[in-house]
Amino acid sequence: MNRLAFKLEKRLNPSPAMIAIVPLISVLLALLLGAIFLSLTGQNPLAVYATMFGEALGSKYGFTETLVKAIPLMLSALGISIAFKMQLWNIGAEGQLYMGALAATWLPLTYPNLPAYLMLPGMAMLAMAAGGIWGLIAAIPKAIWKVDEIITTLMLNYVAILWVDYLVYGPWKDPKGFNFPFTAQFPGAARLPGLGDSRVNAGLVLAVLLAILLAVVFKYSRWGYELKVIGASEQSARYAGMHIKKKILVVLFLSGAISGLAGMTEVSGIVGRLQHGISPGYGYTAIIVAWLSKLNPLAIVLVSILFGALQVGGYAVQVVGVPAAVASMLQGAILFFVLGGEVLTNYRIRRAQRGEK
Amino acid sequence: MSGLEFLIPLLAAAITAGTPILFAALGELITERAGITNLGVEGIMLVGAVAGFMAAVATGSPWLGLLAAMLAGGGMAFIHAILTITLRANQVVSGLSLVIFGTGLSGYLGKNYVGIPVPQSFTPVPLGPLADIPFLGPIFFKHDILVYLSFVLVIILFFYLYRTRPGLNLRALGENPAAVDALGLNVFALKYIYVVIGGMLSGIGGAYLSLAYAPSWLENMTAGRGWIAVALVIFALWNPVRAMLGAYLFGGIDSLGFRLQVVGVGISPFILDMLPYLFTVLVLVFVVARHKGRLTAPGALGLPYDREER
Repeated sequence: MNRLAFKLEKRLNPSPAMIAIVPLISVLLALLLGAIFLSLTGQNPLAVYATMFGEALGSKYGFTETLVKAIPLMLSALGISIAFKMQLWNIGAEGQLYMGALAATWLPLTYPNLPAYLMLPGMAMLAMAAGGIWGLIAAIPKAIWKVDEIITTLMLNYVAILWVDYLVYGPWKDPKGFNFPFTAQFPGAARLPGLGDSRVNAGLVLAVLLAILLAVVFKYSRWGYELKVIGASEQSARYAGMHIKKKILVVLFLSGAISGLAGMTEVSGIVGRLQHGISPGYGYTAIIVAWLSKLNPLAIVLVSILFGALQVGGYAVQVVGVPAAVASMLQGAILFFVLGGEVLTNYRIRRAQRGEK
Repeated sequence: MSGLEFLIPLLAAAITAGTPILFAALGELITERAGITNLGVEGIMLVGAVAGFMAAVATGSPWLGLLAAMLAGGGMAFIHAILTITLRANQVVSGLSLVIFGTGLSGYLGKNYVGIPVPQSFTPVPLGPLADIPFLGPIFFKHDILVYLSFVLVIILFFYLYRTRPGLNLRALGENPAAVDALGLNVFALKYIYVVIGGMLSGIGGAYLSLAYAPSWLENMTAGRGWIAVALVIFALWNPVRAMLGAYLFGGIDSLGFRLQVVGVGISPFILDMLPYLFTVLVLVFVVARHKGRLTAPGALGLPYDREER
């Protein structure tokens, strides 16, 4: 390190210019790295990107599909951001989403004749309760014994996905579904209304409203302030008399509940039934979205749309023979550059003086 | 069916199923002993599995496959090292991005390798007279060579950590890097080395799946084993021998579920597949609760080292 003769000097305040520039440059660098990789593996990077973004942003259909994918990303990332603020690493959004989808599905399958004004709020409540409980299962051992929530939330993802599979391949399988792994189609009352004639559903409105609410809570409420303090220093928070254990339980419940709601908007708004693989990994992508947005709820709305576009673009390039996995590769690469770039936000890089260590 | 006829194959299978987790856990153990948490094990294993498989298909040699997996795993860990050691990035998030990147990269590279056979894989080699020992022989000594390699690795690592000077320095690196610095050793270089070695071992863990256990390539074939390995390091209390026992316990749960399916116990395979994950949560809670949250984790684990803040 010393031989390089550069020195990292901590900035007292993060550089505001860098906060805005780093994510932008990170996306560009990741695309550049992806382009090099694509050419090395015998693809034409320009053609691949043109297909990806042309499909995702270039047509009305493509753009509405991008928004469709952005809804679960937004909701899960908002849920994640609450936990991450407090340095609670909830990486169980994927499982919380599946549990939300599962619980929401139970209502129309059991009481198919409920009117919409009971059905939809009922499904949303059940989804939030289930996602929240899934978060709580990790929160309780965390609060009592400090059991690492990263491992427990992640392991519960696999359990939730297998539980949904058990139901859609087993007891809940649509008897008229030619043996496909999905439940019967929901009645009309259990479908979230769409916006206009597109597949974009009312979940988008819900997600944006929630983002605004969270932005206000984070910025102006005592509750939001406490999250930040506990995240920054648990010790100071304890001295200030904050109830950390209770906060862990409440925060992971809420975090899970919001991801659970994403499960409800998927089954009720998009698919109209519960099926195998209801989420292609929204809960994981949402982690990147949350971090890239610096846990800022309004930024999450925008970044979710960008990542929705990546998702749609990933499907689109399959047509020209490029694996859809290129999308998650790019997502991972973006995060690398953002993380690496954060050094510019938090430190000033200076040439070391002669003789200085 | 007599008890032993069920038990011996089950225990032998526990070792085979536990071996990929063991390699990855040993890699993570070394990494964490050096003070760095690398949550990217799942992604590193996937990249190791696909790189090993591709190289073995291209060259016909599983050994070259293993070498490729080590290089790929080491390369992935090197990214983590740059981000967390030099650029002082958040270790949790860097590890997560490694998982997402590794999942994408392995899916991309492995696209044309799904469902094709590997010309030569690692197959069981009975270990001379040891294999004839009643009961123990068929459990421990009728495996492929990588399993024996993992036995040796556990012993070497144990002695290295607790009986040698560099091993002492490694433990100090995670406990109190400033002290290592004061000895005149290069903390940054040492951390880089151990993080990369850790990645290489996780890469071998992945290659064990694609070149010995399965042997084939399937997208996401690790199915959470990398995460189980991370959890295992905690219940092993950062001790290689305990990590070995833990890995076989998981291997055992894994193969038990599989065997119960074959026997046909009338439980849905999806429910049986949940067992290793539920078991991980339960064991983690149990071990941590028993130590009342005061685990012997390396003292400086997860903190970036800054010479100016000594």
